[in-house]
Formats: sequence, C-alpha cells, structure tokens
Amino acid sequence: MSALNELDIQSLLSGYEQKQFSVQEVAESCLKAISEKNPKLNALLEVSPEKVMARARELDGASQDLSRLKLFGVPVAIKDNFLVKGWQCTAGSKILEGYRSPYTATSVKRLEDAGALIIGKANCDEFAMGSSNETSAYGPCRNPWDLERVPGGSSGGSAAAVAASMCPASLGTDTGGSIRQPASLCGLVGIKPSYGRVSRYGIVSYASSLDQVGPFSQTVWDSARLLEVMSGFDPLDATTSKAAVPNYTQSLVESGLSQVTLGIAPKWLEGLDSDVKKAFDNSVAALKKAGATIIEVDLPRTKYSLSVYYLIAPSEASSNLARYDGVHYGLRAKDFKDSETLYNRSRGQGFGKEVKLRIMLGTYALSAGYYDAFYLKATQVRKLIQEDFESAFKKCDAVLVPTSPSTAFKLGEKSDDPLKMYLSDIFTLPVNLAGLPGISVPCGLDQKGLPIGLQMIGRPFEETKLLQIAKAHEQIHGVMKRP
Amino acid sequence: MSDVREKYEAVIGLEVHAQLLTASKMFCACANQYGAGTNTNICPVCTGQPGALPKINRRAVELGIRAALALNCKIRSESIFARKNYFYPDLPKGYQISQYEKPYCEHGKITVRLKTGEEKQIGITRIHFEEDAGKNVHAPHGTLVNLNRAGVPLIEIVSEPDMRNSHEAGQYLRALHSVLRYGDICDGNMEQGNFRCDANISVRKKGEAKFGTKVELKNINSFRFVEKAIDFEIDRQIDMVERNEEIKQQTRTWNSAKNITELMREKESAHDYRYFPEPDLAPLIISDSWCDEIKKAMPEMPDQVRARFQTEYGLSDYDAGVLTASKELALYYQEATKTSGNCKASANWVANELLGRLNAAGKEIEQTPVKATDLGDLILRIEKGEISGKIAKTVFEEMFETGKTPGNIIKEKGLVQISDTGAIEAAIDKVIAANPGQVSDYKGGKVKLLAFFVGQVMKETKGQANPGMVNDLVKKKLS
Repeated sequence: MSALNELDIQSLLSGYEQKQFSVQEVAESCLKAISEKNPKLNALLEVSPEKVMARARELDGASQDLSRLKLFGVPVAIKDNFLVKGWQCTAGSKILEGYRSPYTATSVKRLEDAGALIIGKANCDEFAMGSSNETSAYGPCRNPWDLERVPGGSSGGSAAAVAASMCPASLGTDTGGSIRQPASLCGLVGIKPSYGRVSRYGIVSYASSLDQVGPFSQTVWDSARLLEVMSGFDPLDATTSKAAVPNYTQSLVESGLSQVTLGIAPKWLEGLDSDVKKAFDNSVAALKKAGATIIEVDLPRTKYSLSVYYLIAPSEASSNLARYDGVHYGLRAKDFKDSETLYNRSRGQGFGKEVKLRIMLGTYALSAGYYDAFYLKATQVRKLIQEDFESAFKKCDAVLVPTSPSTAFKLGEKSDDPLKMYLSDIFTLPVNLAGLPGISVPCGLDQKGLPIGLQMIGRPFEETKLLQIAKAHEQIHGVMKRP
Repeated sequence: MSDVREKYEAVIGLEVHAQLLTASKMFCACANQYGAGTNTNICPVCTGQPGALPKINRRAVELGIRAALALNCKIRSESIFARKNYFYPDLPKGYQISQYEKPYCEHGKITVRLKTGEEKQIGITRIHFEEDAGKNVHAPHGTLVNLNRAGVPLIEIVSEPDMRNSHEAGQYLRALHSVLRYGDICDGNMEQGNFRCDANISVRKKGEAKFGTKVELKNINSFRFVEKAIDFEIDRQIDMVERNEEIKQQTRTWNSAKNITELMREKESAHDYRYFPEPDLAPLIISDSWCDEIKKAMPEMPDQVRARFQTEYGLSDYDAGVLTASKELALYYQEATKTSGNCKASANWVANELLGRLNAAGKEIEQTPVKATDLGDLILRIEKGEISGKIAKTVFEEMFETGKTPGNIIKEKGLVQISDTGAIEAAIDKVIAANPGQVSDYKGGKVKLLAFFVGQVMKETKGQANPGMVNDLVKKKLS
C-alpha cells in the first residue's frame, strides 16, 4: 500500500470507511511530506500543523459518523488568493503581506462543510498574473518533475503540492489558463469550470469576468468530486448560475464514447512542439479507436484571443487592484506626506513588475479616448470568439487541443519576455473568454520525461460530458505516474 | 445693476443625490443607519476586503422604480452598473459602483408651482443608482475614515437645464423633495446629507441659444441656501461678463457664514473616471410586471393628496395646493385638524399664521416650534369660546416663541375669556358711568357708537371678555 499522503481521494474515502486509518494519521503523513519537500519546492506559503491537526482531531472525534461526507478527511491545499478565515491571504503579493482573512471563500466553505481539511496556502503568481509562478513575491515554486523547471502558473503551488504528494487535491483559480496549464506541466487533472459554475466570493479578483475556481487532482473522479461539492448558486456572487449541479462522480459510471463527437481545429496545431503534437495525436487516435467520432472544426476568430485577453483582463485588473492602496489594510509605505504619496509609495513598493505592467495596460485601455478602440473593441471580438465555439459545438460535443504548446520550461527561460510567456496560454485563453468549461488531463511524457496535457473544451455547463470523456481517456491511458 | 441683469438669463440644472430608505446597504446586508457607532455597520463587502463581491439590494431597486414612476420616467428594462474609478480614502474599493451609459431610467418630468401662480414643467434627464462613499474624519493626529456610510444606496436625479432663476430651482427642489418624501423613497433629511444638491449654473444674454460656461455648486444643504447661492452666482457671473472677464469652468461651494460662493477646484474634466461595466454584477432587469406591482403599492403622491384634501376637507384647490406642498405640511395639517375638528379654521391657521410666521423666521415646516396637536388645541379653544380669535393670535405668537402648549400659556397669563355675565355687566356699568356724553349721544340716535362702547369694555377686560356677549349686553344696557 502507498503512503497515506500518496492516496487519491477515492482511496482515502474508502480507507476511512473501512476504518483503515484516521484523519490524524493522514494529516500527519501529509505534514511530513510537506516538511520534507516544501523547502525545495516552495509550493506552500503557509502551513499550520496546529490548525491542521486540530481540524483532524475534530473530524476524528466527531460524535456522529461524518465518514459519509463527500470529502471527509480529505486534505486540500488552497491557492493563496483564496480567503480562508484565520489564514493568510497574500495573493503572492507583498502588498498583502501579513493580511489575515476575515472570512472564508464560499468554495472553501463548501469543501469544509463536506469534511475537507485545509492543509496549507499555496504559492502562486502575484495576483494570479503569470504562467510560471515566477512573479510571486515569495519566490518561485518549482516543478516536482524537475526542480530546474517551473510548475506553470499562476496556480503553480497548488499543482506542485499535489504532484509532490503533499496532499491529494488542491484548489486554484483560472483566469486565462492558470489551472489547466500548471495541471498540464505537473501531470495532473485540472478543471476550469464554466463561468458562473463555482462562486468567486472570497477569491482575490484579478479579472472578474474571466476568473473561475477549480480543482487539481490525480484522477478525473477526484476532480469531479471536488467540483460537485463546490459548484452551484451562491447568493454572495451575483455571477453564479442557478443551474442545478449534477452528481458528477455518479455520471462517470457511463463514460462510453460511442455517442461522442470530438472536434479538432487543425489550424491550432500548427507549429506545436513535436512531442506535444505526437502525444496529442496518440490520444485522439486512442479516443477514436474507443468509439468517438473525430471531426475537424474551424475556430477562425480564436486567433485574436491573446490580444482580446490582454485588453480585458488588465482593464478589469486595473480597477480590481485599486483597493490595495495602503489606506485600509495591507502594506502601507512608511514615508508618506499626504494621500497622494501614500498611494504612490504603498502601491509602488507593494506591487511587482508584472502587476504594474498590467495595471498600466488596463488603465490605458479604459482611458477616455482609448476606451472605444481598446476595451470596447475587445469585448466585441470576445463575442465573436464565443460565436466560433457555439458554431463548433453544433457539430461536436467537445473540442480537443493540447493544454500548453510546450512542456515545463526552465526557470528564467521566459520571464524576461512577456509575450513569450503570454503565449504559454494560447490554447487556454479562448476558453475563459468564451466562459466555457475546460479540463486538462495528462496524456503522456515528452522525451525529457516531462508531462504533457490534453485539454478538452465543452459547452457551457456541460461539465458532465467533459468529465465522461476525460474518464474514458483516463481508462485508456491509465492514471499518470508520480514524478 | 438691476437694469443690467435684465439683459441676461441664467441656465440652471440640478443634480440631487437622495439616500434611499432601505434597511440595508446597496450591495451588502449592513444596516443603512445614521448615527451608529463609528465603523460598526461594516462588513467585507463595504470595506472593500479582497474577494468580497456586491449583490444588488432589491428593496433599493424598488424604491428607485417608485421614484421613476412618480417622476414620469421611462424605465429601461435592462440597465447596467458601471464602475467609476478614482482614489480617495473614503472609497475603500478604489471605485464607486454607479450607472453610466445605461441608467435604469430617463426622460422624466415634474411640475413645479411658482409664486406667480403659474406652473412650469422641469425635465428629468435621468436617474441612476449608486453607492455612497464613507466619511473622512479629520483628527488632530491625522485623517481617519468612518465607513458606516460606505455603500449606502443613493439615487442621483439629474434635471434638464430648464430653470432660469433661483426661485424656479428652489421650487423644483421642494417639489422633488416632496415626491420623494410622499413616496417614502427618501427621508429628505438635508442636515444628515440624505438629500444633497449640486447646481450647474451659467448665464447668457437673453435670446442667445448657446449656453455660457457652467459653474458647479456642490453640496448645498438647504433649499434657502440653494436659492441664495444661485442668486449670488448669477450676479457674480453677470458682473464678470459685464467686465469682459472669462468665466472658468469651476466647482464652487456655498459659504453660508459669508453669504458667498467660494472656489473649490478648477475644471473637473481633469478627472478620467475610466467608467466600464461592473463585471461583478449582471445587468439589472426590470420587468413590466415588477413595475406594475410597485405601481399598485405606491404611496399617495402629492397630486392625489391635493385632490383628497378638496373632497375630504372641503378645501379650495388653492388651499389644498398650499397644504400639500410637502408631506410634512400635509401631515401637520391632518394632525391639527384631527385635534381641532375644524377643517377650514385649521387650514387658515396653518396656511396663513403658521406658514407666514415660519417664512418670516426663515424656517421650514420640519423646524416648526409649534406642534400640530398644540395648534389644533388652540383652534379648538376658540371654537369652544374659551379665548377670542384675537387672544388666540397672542397665544400663538407665544407658542411659536417658546414652544409651550396653549393651555399653559392661557393659564400663565390669565387669558381665559370672560363669559361671566356679572363680570361683563360690571365692566359695562363702569364704562357707562365714565362716558355720560357718549351715552346721551347714543340714546339720541348715534347707534354707531356701539362699537366705541364695545371697544371700551374690551379694553376694561384686557380683551378677555367674550366679544359676542359684550355686544349683546351693551345693547341691552343702553336700550
């Protein structure tokens, strides 16, 4: 039997049910893995053995039998841009250093209500702006598959923690690929749900119209479980949908591919890394062999995604980040003379380079005289991208594309060239712009032994279908091995 | 100067911020309550904590719809909230949630009564929802922020530039205030800042089509100050034009101690608020059926009350108009009448004595020192013959000065009317004895002298004798 920290959620739940181990034993095993591996990986920014063990004892000692709870005793790492009462929330930024959350995010609250155990706060790019975890003010996180390489970003710490078996699952946020890309680079399953599926209440807003909460895990079933617990209308988030939440894990029982049509967009696949292309082709062939119909689709306007994203996201960010001004909480510069210098110095000292770059970009795009040409135009093209997907989904149930054009790259390799970095998300950005669900599943290793991810994109609120296809793929490929 | 002024006309548009009478704030569940302990009505949403999101207060929208219906506006079925971005310590999110390109209603109007007796229609350009900011408190060791008011729901009502002088502007504000108060939309308390007015003023030569450069007057907290400030500003601007000086686009404020407007800041267009649609809120959908529901449950509006006062109390259209000019006044009248039992007398006392006295003292009905029940009681005492109408005026004056009840004043000053036949006869005998000449003249046919005798008797009784009885008894004695 594997060490307790290496068990996936499904195995943990059945182990608890059969009284094979206690929550405290599992928690201790995870804390041990963290203390061994975290100094090298820097995946978790805050670990509190006291809080973890107190919660574990609470779960073990509960008078009624809680083991039927959907996430009983499941340790989960939470990206440090979620608010969890009593825990820090830095969003990877110096401007929120020492900030303690006064309340708990709805998604985390739902996990806790289902019996989950918060194991720590995970490293991330500053305010979720980045694709490598290198913009974190608390140092980069490293990829457990190769310590010289990045885990992806922005939810790099959440991915690395699960890949390194510090915990079976974690939460991230995905604004342009921040769950799927690190899942791909770390060999995990990661889901960006439909916009409005999971509450955003209590996650540090980056770009409100694009941000979504989602899970990381080793298996499709585990992610399905986390998703079904978190999803659904939240009166505190006006953008959540009232659509009923299906029992995702239950639906995985039927994962046949005979009725499924999958679309591939040949134009997207030009100029891909050859190992990535090969793995992608293999997966498509295997799915076809298992009964899926494969067709070609055209998504002509998705080529504008990068431009559209880098107008809309920074615009919203420039406004969302205005609250970090040194007045009410967070970093306050010491040497200010008046409110003007208080703002300038606090924000000047508190924000990192990439965040400043995007605030400047967004402020410019929203300025009088530029709004129509930039922000407004971008929102119009965004609608066209949505239309592209709508017409593709008339012909297929899901669109397949590699999650990332390359596997994990080296630290520093792209950090001096924003455009090169931004291109890491070229296949994930359109999904956020269109508000669609996307899932990244492992589909092989490249010649260097680094994981490759396959992305499946579905119709809005058809996570069930995506999960079924992902499950079928997992049955063919097997669950990805550990680094 | 007055001749020169005749050549010009002013163009005035007003922006009113009215706080909505909701239990909770615009985008969170915190209490909307004035005067609570510093920073007690706050939560993650209205203090702008990371991750907190707004949700729309349905009650605030309902009150907004009431205002739209009462002001004959066209309601937009799908309106958009927008962020107005600027930095200020009392603005915790760094932006105010407001409405910009698509406000929830537009194109309304309100009828205003002028002192000439004419009516004038003033256009309402738009009304939109927004949240209030907190309050900076300047302490000796630095500036502190109280966020109790942050997120309190407001509507901003923007008029067309339809007003031409301070009187029209003042009457527009009173009419608007009255509609909001009648509708229970806003409590209208100007001292607490729950009904705030900004005025845009420019002048131009009569007959010119082009507007002059406008000056904005900010945050004036009484109707009278608005009128005074506008008058001052019109004169100031005309003087400048006459001296060929350029009027600069400015924001000014009213200094009520010096009775002048003062410069706050030059030209506001330096601000770029970078408005964009609020991505945390879905468009606000207002259905026809929702509007119908609100319409049905709408409180009585000023025109309806005016009509009711004519049928229910038998008042003239004019009196009913005067007495329903504000909700406070209408309520005051209703209460006074309930006590006095005399609709007409109450109408006269409220419309003439009370309003005249308030006007002379520069006060609004909300500030009256005379309680409605006390005025009703005074009128009742006249009805019962306890005091004369003349004495009542003296008592009323005392009530207005001191706020005392009529009963106490009458008792203290011994003003109860003398209706005792013996006492009046004694006084008459005294007067007859003292004026033998007039007595013989009267008996000789000069009946007009009756008034003289009555007057002397009233004087003798210090005005407290019942005039009717004096009249009858004098006639009897001299016959």
